[in-house]
Amino acid sequence: MTPAARTPMLEISDLHASVEGKEILRGIDLTVNAGEVHAIMGPNGSGKSTLAQVLAGHPAYAVTGGSIRYQGKDLLELDPEERAREGVFLAFQYPVAIRGITNAYFLRSALNAVRKHRGQPELDPLEFLDLLAEKLKSIDSDDGLMNRPVNDGFSGGEKKRNEILQMAVLEPRLAILDETDSGLDIDALRTVAGAVDKLRRPDNATVVVTHYQRILNYITPDFVHVLSAGRIVLSGGKELALELEARGYDWVRAEAAV
Amino acid sequence: MTGCGPRRRSDPVGTERVTRPVDAVQRYVAQYEAFAANGGGAAPAWLRELRAAGIARFADAGFPTTRQEEWRFTSVAPLIEHAFVPAPAGAGPGPVAARGETLRMVFVNGKFAPDRSSLTGLPAGVRVGSLAALLAGASGAAAFVERHLGRGAVPADNVFAALNTAFVADGAVIHLTRGAVLAEPLHVIFASAPGGTPAVSHPRLLLVADEQARATVVEHYVALEDAPYWTNAVTEVVVGDGADVEVVRIQEERLGAYHVASTHTRQGRDSALRLHPLVLGAGWARHDITNVLDGPGAELLLNGLYLLGGRQHADHHTVIDHAQPDGRSHEFMNGVLDGSARGVFNGRIIVRPGAQRTDSKQTNHNLVLSEEARADSQPQLEIYADDVKCTHGATLGPLDPKELFYLQSRGLAPEEARALLTYGFGAEILERLRHPGLREGLDGTLRARLAAGHVTEPAPLH
Repeated sequence: MTPAARTPMLEISDLHASVEGKEILRGIDLTVNAGEVHAIMGPNGSGKSTLAQVLAGHPAYAVTGGSIRYQGKDLLELDPEERAREGVFLAFQYPVAIRGITNAYFLRSALNAVRKHRGQPELDPLEFLDLLAEKLKSIDSDDGLMNRPVNDGFSGGEKKRNEILQMAVLEPRLAILDETDSGLDIDALRTVAGAVDKLRRPDNATVVVTHYQRILNYITPDFVHVLSAGRIVLSGGKELALELEARGYDWVRAEAAV
Repeated sequence: MTGCGPRRRSDPVGTERVTRPVDAVQRYVAQYEAFAANGGGAAPAWLRELRAAGIARFADAGFPTTRQEEWRFTSVAPLIEHAFVPAPAGAGPGPVAARGETLRMVFVNGKFAPDRSSLTGLPAGVRVGSLAALLAGASGAAAFVERHLGRGAVPADNVFAALNTAFVADGAVIHLTRGAVLAEPLHVIFASAPGGTPAVSHPRLLLVADEQARATVVEHYVALEDAPYWTNAVTEVVVGDGADVEVVRIQEERLGAYHVASTHTRQGRDSALRLHPLVLGAGWARHDITNVLDGPGAELLLNGLYLLGGRQHADHHTVIDHAQPDGRSHEFMNGVLDGSARGVFNGRIIVRPGAQRTDSKQTNHNLVLSEEARADSQPQLEIYADDVKCTHGATLGPLDPKELFYLQSRGLAPEEARALLTYGFGAEILERLRHPGLREGLDGTLRARLAAGHVTEPAPLH
């Protein structure tokens, strides 16, 4: 038995976090195992994106209590880049544009940072192009964005597709998708979500943060959790997402308040 | 920063040794008189008149002061204070800086140095020569120079251009005849060798592209010695109907240099001009760029970069004058400022009455890497036509924490992320150079100068 199979990928216990002195997360408990897909749903302001940012190590969010263990290690001890090199990947809700740096150059820099950490040799530009071609193919994409500056002038769909390409190249153990469906029309959503689904493996895990159920038509979750006022108030299987789609979030909040 | 950087603009000038501006003006008038009495290179009458008009204009207007709007942020006090003498005619030591240029004209202190130049393999229709040789040569060549030199778009109120004209004797003349194509870049290297005393030279470049000609020309300013000197350069570019010209201007002077320059361009119908002013050196620099889109459908890319560290000061004043309809201009000026450097940008866009369907975009982005560095940005739009599109935008500030976090979240250490973002600020400009070899060469320089996310000093002499 490998350690990965014995140890949960991610264990969040009684996590409290605040931003600018305001407490947003008020005691999150969540365990994610390798091979699983978890959906975190909830109304606006429930703390979904905060949870995603805290997992990636955004400096604006202060963890005020609780713990996060990732592959048995204390995740909170790690800087954002160390988390990335250890296999944590956040697909941003609002991907950031980087002027003057082409997508291909950026991807190679990021991949080589990760490879160096893993003790693998760095890839030269030609080796990288081979790998890139293979990754693009694996998510049914083309190289149209490769020589453009990162996210600069990209459409909403292109930005999200680009996040998933980064995910394909960096091969994370734990991928967190923060509202990857927001701002996408139905065709773009199908493309992007389909690509994520193709990247599922028994040894990686995915956390899908979303307001709406529709992305889950393409990435079938094993578990669905509802976040409200900084706590997980309800957990269930994939059918819970459909129920939320049909009934909205008010009834969950009402039950949680009882 | 070490070395003999020029006096900071804010230093009290003249507390020990006062030079009155009027005396400084007189210094150059006297230099002119000595030059003219010396035969001034046995010039033809029209050139003697041109020079006389230049010195008269300079003597009349004098040095600009910070009370003048155009010079608000840049004091010329250091130019007044130094007793610059005319740069010696002899060539300086050592080889001239090179990035593997095959076609090159080299000038030392403004004077053509044929032994350091290489012009073999020039394509048909490309006529290149030194101004001095052309004036002394066949009457046709002299007539060509007479027709163009100082006749184009040099504004009358530019006193430094007038001063340059007063001393014009040599320089680069490039004439692309109708349909001529210069596939490989032609490098014009202006090297300074002050010879131990503060010296001034007045380099001159005249580039005339006739109808449908196409070329890339590199204008490169370097030094052969570390000593204070003043470069007072003028470049005139005439782009004929349908011609397509790229000018890469690399200002890579030593930190002891004062660099004053003006570039004046005039474009014909459906012509294209790409102008890339790249500031990589000089302790103190001022560059005035005026572009007249003088034919319908002309297109201009003005795409510049200034990397300033230590106590460097660079001021750009640009004017894009849409005089005819259907013109397009894109101006991108990026600055990276570190140490206690100062960058000044003033970008004026004029759309004349009748210049309908003008499409003009201007951006000036300044990355300010230290507390003491400073950037000033002033757009000026003067629009006298009604069917036009004009946009402008300026930013200044440190690296964006959002961008830093994004790169960190992909595995890059903070210092790697900072270096990459800083490099990107310059790379964005170099990306627009058309010639790949030039782009790659300059990319290497950019990486070296922005290593570790800071602006480092210009490299030592080659």
